[in-house]
Amino acid sequence: MSAAGNEPALSWRPERFASRALRHPSFVAGMAVAAVVALMAALSLVWTPYDPTAIDIPGKLRPPSLEHWLGTDQYGRDTLSMIMRGAVTSIAVSFVAIGIGAGVGVPLGLLAAQQRGGGVDQAIMRVNDFIFAFPALLIAILLRELFGPGTLNAMIAIGVFNVPVFARVAYGAALPLWTRDFVMAARTSGKGPTLITVEHILPNLVGVLIVQATIQLSLGILAEAALSYIGLGVQPPNPSWGRMLNEAQTLMALAPRLALIPGFAIIATVLGLNLLGDGLRDLADPRLARER
Amino acid sequence: MPDLTIENLELEIHGIPVLRGVSVEVRPGRVTGLVGESGSGKSMTSLAAMRLLPRGSVTRGRIDFGGRDLLGLGEPEMCRVRGREIGMVFQEPMTALNPLRTIGDQVAEGFRLHLGLGRDEARERARLVLERVGMPASRVPPTRYPHELSGGQRQRVVIGMAVALSPGLVIADEPTTALDVTTQAQVLRLLRDLVAQDGAGLLLISHDLAVIGAMADEIAVMRRGEIVEQGPAASFFRSMRHPYSRALLAASSHAPAREPSPAGAETVLDVDGAVRDYTLPRTRLFAPAPRLRAVDGVSFAVRRGESVGLVGESGCGKSTLARAILGLEPVQGGAIRLMGESIAGLAAEARRRFRRRVQIVFQDPFGSFDPRHTAGRIVGEPLHLLRGELAAGEREARVAAALEEVGLSAADAARYPHEFSGGQRQRLAIARALITRPDLIVLDEPVSALDVSIRAQVLDLLAGLQARMGLTYLFISHDLGVVRAITDRVLVMQKGRVVEEGPTQDVLDRPSHPYTKELVASALHLAETLADRAASQAAD
Repeated sequence: MSAAGNEPALSWRPERFASRALRHPSFVAGMAVAAVVALMAALSLVWTPYDPTAIDIPGKLRPPSLEHWLGTDQYGRDTLSMIMRGAVTSIAVSFVAIGIGAGVGVPLGLLAAQQRGGGVDQAIMRVNDFIFAFPALLIAILLRELFGPGTLNAMIAIGVFNVPVFARVAYGAALPLWTRDFVMAARTSGKGPTLITVEHILPNLVGVLIVQATIQLSLGILAEAALSYIGLGVQPPNPSWGRMLNEAQTLMALAPRLALIPGFAIIATVLGLNLLGDGLRDLADPRLARER
Repeated sequence: MPDLTIENLELEIHGIPVLRGVSVEVRPGRVTGLVGESGSGKSMTSLAAMRLLPRGSVTRGRIDFGGRDLLGLGEPEMCRVRGREIGMVFQEPMTALNPLRTIGDQVAEGFRLHLGLGRDEARERARLVLERVGMPASRVPPTRYPHELSGGQRQRVVIGMAVALSPGLVIADEPTTALDVTTQAQVLRLLRDLVAQDGAGLLLISHDLAVIGAMADEIAVMRRGEIVEQGPAASFFRSMRHPYSRALLAASSHAPAREPSPAGAETVLDVDGAVRDYTLPRTRLFAPAPRLRAVDGVSFAVRRGESVGLVGESGCGKSTLARAILGLEPVQGGAIRLMGESIAGLAAEARRRFRRRVQIVFQDPFGSFDPRHTAGRIVGEPLHLLRGELAAGEREARVAAALEEVGLSAADAARYPHEFSGGQRQRLAIARALITRPDLIVLDEPVSALDVSIRAQVLDLLAGLQARMGLTYLFISHDLGVVRAITDRVLVMQKGRVVEEGPTQDVLDRPSHPYTKELVASALHLAETLADRAASQAAD
């Protein structure tokens, strides 16, 4: 406490935020992984070593070599090119799904907490439970029947599945905040429920929401893999990490690397994003500012 | 019965020294009181004796108990000592008890664990223990769960668990801090009688000099990990020399200098037959929901410049009444008027004007601030009520002025709540309440969570601000000493009703209602306790 007097905490000033961020080990590590994946994905849009969809049957199942750094698959496609292009789909699908889930779910949860005890919260949360009861798979089948298969529909299906998760987390974490004295103080300052939600409730939920988002991000990548496998997600010949995994499983004994490489890509991305999430959560909390 | 002798105990946690050369003794049948403010190391001393210190602790010295050095015992041996030979009473009985097990089973656990008794025999023994702590099975069956008991009863169960196996030593860490005044006196008496009957030693830890003064045979004063002074209680208060002990005693009975409030001033707050009902959950599907009347026809008035105390035990409705006065909760009957205006039915604009007139200071100096906002933003929050009326830059100026009024500096506006000490945080809360220049400030137990020396400073600040700015206070507290120090008039609340009202001095010195009498009689008043001690000593 004595050091506090010498150096006021202005943790949201950009230069201080940046210097704190650079000293946060998990933020730096997570940022590095995320940057590699993002650069790889961006690069794949303009250049890949080979055309990721070009089939070359005579050159199938080549081990890694100087021409094909990560080898080729059973159709002779270059694995590295597929991983690069696949990053675009996998990441896009799960990010958009998070966007849909958090964008709809968090406001719903906050609204329910704000209207607690009035019946509105019950209505919102019960509809929520109803959506929760539908697996993403079912939503994806429904969407295909209506609009046909495709990447966009996979995004929407996974996104809808994310909505109740975020609503529930936001609702559960917001409820106890509403009984805290600082909310009472804000009410005596004449602030209405919506303003209190924006100024006091939401900022105090950032930590939980970031953690939940990183979990959902990993689940999103896996869900995209599952949907693509049964033909509801990314359509061939477009590569995605999930489809690569699924196509590789029949060849597990013959060429395990075909499953291991996309598997490793998924693990690395998920781990990196988790670290990034942890770092962001800490950086957003002024109470932890001094310990760095 | 064995002695406990702590000799030259040193404790470091993660390399930070916590205890320095602590030596203290507890003899059988005697009470040793350990008194000090938060962070003085008094709880750590007791945890060291139980070997329940946090990870990363390194101890040196000796804790001798019946000829063994407890610091040298292995964990399995220590498990036999805990509960069997040393019993422990914790501060918060609700968290010290397992909510999912009956009180009988929780007391019986010690018999089964340490004596290897069968279920039925252990239960029978537990029943006897509960009877001994004043909870006979005929009135409080051992099949009850902790949530079905009052705070005082819960603490009796915890005491029962501690003394069940007749240990040679009982350690009680702030055993009555979480309890109401009337319960506090009973629980302390019980604790003293039990250890006297068993001939056990009692190590009593408290921040409250009155509790220690009333209970202890030996007193040790701790500060910053060291015992600054110790000696026999009988002569302790007369002979104490260390400046810190003297300061602690002075702070405990500190009353700020106050002018009596001006007579015949205008009425600021007028509460007229206020009623506040809560709807409880239905017990059956179609039965009408039961209602709880928290505030039952309360009437009183507060004049400008006055300081009015509202006294009562937890659950008497005083905080509910405060929320109703602030307009945060509606009343179901009667009216609450501030400067002649009731908040019910006011339009948004008038509501803003109303809210500007009354502000609140909460008890918990941490929970009342958003941890993500800076002190400046927190203190300036009520200026939301003046939006559109403040010129550019005036907000910052008002915040700086408010911070300086409460003895902080304008530069503190950039700091976050966790960077302030407990006393400074309460100053922040007062600054926030002052910033709209309200007609009435409601203080809800504003000093209960503070150490005595800081409590004295905050009381001085409140009295000073009132004298300088002509503030009007509604001071809610369970602590009669504090109420006596800071209020002109007092209202005593019991079960939602005001049972007695009058000038503070008169009510507390010559209470007329039976409940007030009980309250006053139970309150441990330091000066009186010391006088009693001196008298009993002279009689010996």
